[in-house]
Amino acid sequence: MATSLNDTTALLDIAGVSKAFGSVEVLRSVSLKVEKGEVVTVIGPSGSGKTTLLRCVNFLESYDSGSIRIDGKEVGFREAGARQRRSERDLAAMRAETGMVFQSFNLFPHLTAAGNIMLGLIKVRGKSKAEARQIAEHWLGRVGLAHKADSLPAELSGGQQQRVGIARAVAMEPKILLLDEITSALDPELVGEVLAVVRSLAEDGMTMVMVTHEMAFARDASSRIVFMADGGVSAVGPPKEILAQETTNERLRSFLARFRASHF
Amino acid sequence: MGYTLNFNLIWRHFDKLWGGLLLSLELAVISIAIGIVIGLVLAVWYVSAGRVVRAIIAAYVEFIRNVPLILLVYLVFYGVPTVVDLAYSAPTSFVLTLSVYSGAYLVEVFRSGLEAVPRGQLDAGKAIGLTPWQRLVHVRLPTMLRITLPALSNTFISLFKDTSIASVISVPELTYGAQWINFNTFRIVEVYLVTTAMYLVTGYALLFGLRLVERRFRAAR
Repeated sequence: MATSLNDTTALLDIAGVSKAFGSVEVLRSVSLKVEKGEVVTVIGPSGSGKTTLLRCVNFLESYDSGSIRIDGKEVGFREAGARQRRSERDLAAMRAETGMVFQSFNLFPHLTAAGNIMLGLIKVRGKSKAEARQIAEHWLGRVGLAHKADSLPAELSGGQQQRVGIARAVAMEPKILLLDEITSALDPELVGEVLAVVRSLAEDGMTMVMVTHEMAFARDASSRIVFMADGGVSAVGPPKEILAQETTNERLRSFLARFRASHF
Repeated sequence: MGYTLNFNLIWRHFDKLWGGLLLSLELAVISIAIGIVIGLVLAVWYVSAGRVVRAIIAAYVEFIRNVPLILLVYLVFYGVPTVVDLAYSAPTSFVLTLSVYSGAYLVEVFRSGLEAVPRGQLDAGKAIGLTPWQRLVHVRLPTMLRITLPALSNTFISLFKDTSIASVISVPELTYGAQWINFNTFRIVEVYLVTTAMYLVTGYALLFGLRLVERRFRAAR
């Protein structure tokens, strides 16, 4: 149990989180603090635990030990007494504080672009239909899809679907936005339009944790890069510092070398 | 073999067939409506329940699927009132039977539909903070219904044909009407030709209408 006397003011405080799937340890005592307004990108080879870590932050995955706090509140477990999973109702309320964008978009196929955004606003935030519609249209405008408000996901390109996915997440005004390889399922020519939206959100000061393979984006748009390997944080720091460590961090060197070989 | 077709007597009693057809449709519609409720409730319960409940629901499904419908009809109409102090009319008894019967098939349809809803959609529902009930109502069920609509249509068409079995307990549906005309006119070929045509045309019309509905919904997948 992390003590409540932590000196931290971090918005997101991941402290000693471990998780195993059966006998496979996917997270080994991962710690990471994210300040308000930071854009943190998480890189690393596949199987290094990046996505699992992200999914623990909004408790789509449970973790075996350690704690994850958002604004000082433990995400998945009750604060007092023995370690006990929060009720589903509490979990839902906690999850509403974070937004998540998925690799495979995961739009609700029966709802229009606006409908996808409105669902959470109405059911979770308690907005009226008209108000929710207004907010949806605002965010669709922000991601350049004002004219697609009444289109169904199946009628949109991958890049457009992903932009709706982003709008759906940010419209809830989350404290922190989690982005899970959001460009990995896109055709190369559609990656740019999605990253442009993320960039503009960063400029607005949205706190983001982003798992990505877009190295150039990580280098240019993030305040810090976290390099994960074998379920642990192998290096963390500002992009320049991390990339400079290539000479000293063997894992990072081989990751970047392999990455360059396959991407350039 | 000097049998010449003569439909005059059939037309004279056509009201028996027409009224029978309407009753057949009514029996099918009411039964599937109740069957859908049974199927939905049990399917949702099944996917979220523990082993005991699952075993009980599976037993119900297996029982119904492995017993001929006509036997179930006899059991409910003749058997149950003999043991329990209950009285119901033949049509009520049949609707009861057909509802429980279709419910068993629909549990399977809905259960596989629920399990076919992509995990990512449920994750997305969780991520925006929907409660389990809200995820079921606003995410899982709508997608499941789209997935299962074709199977639901097929079940309904089958059920419409199965209503002919109600004739064995003298429910005056289409097949019973045909039998009545046969007994009273002895025009066996004519009456069953006309009746067959009525089942065919109605069945196709239903199929056509339901496929239209499916196509409307498929756009949303």
